[in-house]
Amino acid sequence: MSAPAIRIAGVRKRYGQLKALDGIDLEVQQGEFFGLLGPNGAGKTTLISALAGLTRVDEGELAVMGHDVVADYRQARRKLGVVPQELVFDPFFSVREALRLQSGYFGIRRNDTWIDEILASLDLTHKADANMRMLSGGMKRRVLVAQALVHRPPVIVLDEPTAGVDVELRQGLWQFIRRLNRDGHTIVLTTHYLEEAQTLCNRIAMLKAGRVVALDTTDNLLARFASRVLRVRLSAPVGLDFLPGARDAGHGWVEIPFESYGEVEDMLSRIRLTGGQVEDMVLGEPDLEKVFMGVMHEA
Amino acid sequence: MKPETVRFAGFRTLLYKEVLRFWKVSFQTVGAPVLTAVLYLLIFSHVLDRHVTVYGDVPYTVFLVPGLVMMSVLQNAFANTSSSLIQSKITGNIVFMLLPPISYREFFAAYVLAAIVRGAFVGTGVILVSLLMVSLPVVAPAWIIVFALLGGAILASFGMIAGIWADKFDQLSAFQNFLIMPLTMLSGVFYSIHSLPPVWQTVSHLNPFFYMIDGFRYGFFGQSDVSPWVSLGVVSACFVVLAILTLSMLARGYKLRA
Repeated sequence: MSAPAIRIAGVRKRYGQLKALDGIDLEVQQGEFFGLLGPNGAGKTTLISALAGLTRVDEGELAVMGHDVVADYRQARRKLGVVPQELVFDPFFSVREALRLQSGYFGIRRNDTWIDEILASLDLTHKADANMRMLSGGMKRRVLVAQALVHRPPVIVLDEPTAGVDVELRQGLWQFIRRLNRDGHTIVLTTHYLEEAQTLCNRIAMLKAGRVVALDTTDNLLARFASRVLRVRLSAPVGLDFLPGARDAGHGWVEIPFESYGEVEDMLSRIRLTGGQVEDMVLGEPDLEKVFMGVMHEA
Repeated sequence: MKPETVRFAGFRTLLYKEVLRFWKVSFQTVGAPVLTAVLYLLIFSHVLDRHVTVYGDVPYTVFLVPGLVMMSVLQNAFANTSSSLIQSKITGNIVFMLLPPISYREFFAAYVLAAIVRGAFVGTGVILVSLLMVSLPVVAPAWIIVFALLGGAILASFGMIAGIWADKFDQLSAFQNFLIMPLTMLSGVFYSIHSLPPVWQTVSHLNPFFYMIDGFRYGFFGQSDVSPWVSLGVVSACFVVLAILTLSMLARGYKLRA
């Protein structure tokens, strides 16, 4: 059996009194599109930093494609590409120079064919010779993605890659990342845009105060913590106690959870039978935001 | 063209990047220090050349040149590593050097060598301009090279320590202005320590910069305040101590890997 793309076992990290990571156990299998979610300060970036060798943990082990990030750091780092959260760049160099240097740091020379391919995929070809200082924020973000990919790592970690990025660029970026995932790359994503995580990730871990508080497939999380909802606005208030889970959502709206669409017709006819008149109606799919709020509240 | 994986490519690329970094702003990093050294030379030679001779019959201006060259090498080696590291730390782009599989020894070697290259560029520049004004003897070129390399390496290591330790430019400039500058100025760049009162001669012997400059000067004149072998011993010991300290900071990831 092949090694997991990422293995994290019993990882703890303290900064003074603060437990940044409090016993994290996690495995990400090869080829997964994995989401790492949590509120600010949950430990996501610390965990990614530990994986990338930027932070040293107090306890526990981390491995990338079976290579320990401390004992076998050279192989572990070759297998990992990290897009950092901060918009960092070296003002001395052009885009192409930055990518050539990054390639060289990983021991690869004459890598221009791949560099050109990445630049084209990220729509940066026309900026290849521009100094990094001259790029917009979105372009700098794309260069960071390019730098993470320059050594063709099988595992790619994106720490808040779309923070402050406009919609068009975000779509283009996700298209590209999805293609990488289809080509076999393992993707680990942290984001505050939960709808992105819901659309992209097959599996999700939620962190709170340095601990994993939920870990499952996206579908299972949605099924467990959120349900479909029928929202109706009635012309006059009617007691809907006979509909399990029905609750007042304010402004004349009532929310009624349900499992399958077959139940909707029955619910509407029962409302009509009690004299209720539906003025407006919305069907809501389960969303990760509800799951997130539920998990964080419970944890 | 096929990509190829090259041994020590990380070190070589980091060295190349560090050289390219200062070369891209060479007016500031090479041209300006050469000009500063030449201005010192012009002013001091104008004031003192007719009044002072050193080592018996060496005119003061000629005596001054090696000291100024070495001072430039040392100050620029320090400036290269320290400014590069603190800039990378403050802007955050140090992450590009920390994520790849570059060992801490390669990291150290690349930064130190690049600083020596900058020191060599500046030192050569000062020599070339000085040759327009004075005729400079070269008695033992091997000593010149050895002391330039070791002195550059010492200050490069020192610059790495300062760059890693400092969290802001203010702290770094304190290093530069309150430590490097006085130690260089009081190291015998502008005088032979034999011209000093005995107490200050003793104090000068406690300054490692004195040995770097005195040994370097020996290579030009075949004469020095102390034996070049003594200077070599002191300078080598300083390098070993600073290299061990820098390597241990890098190995621990001090202020670089939290």
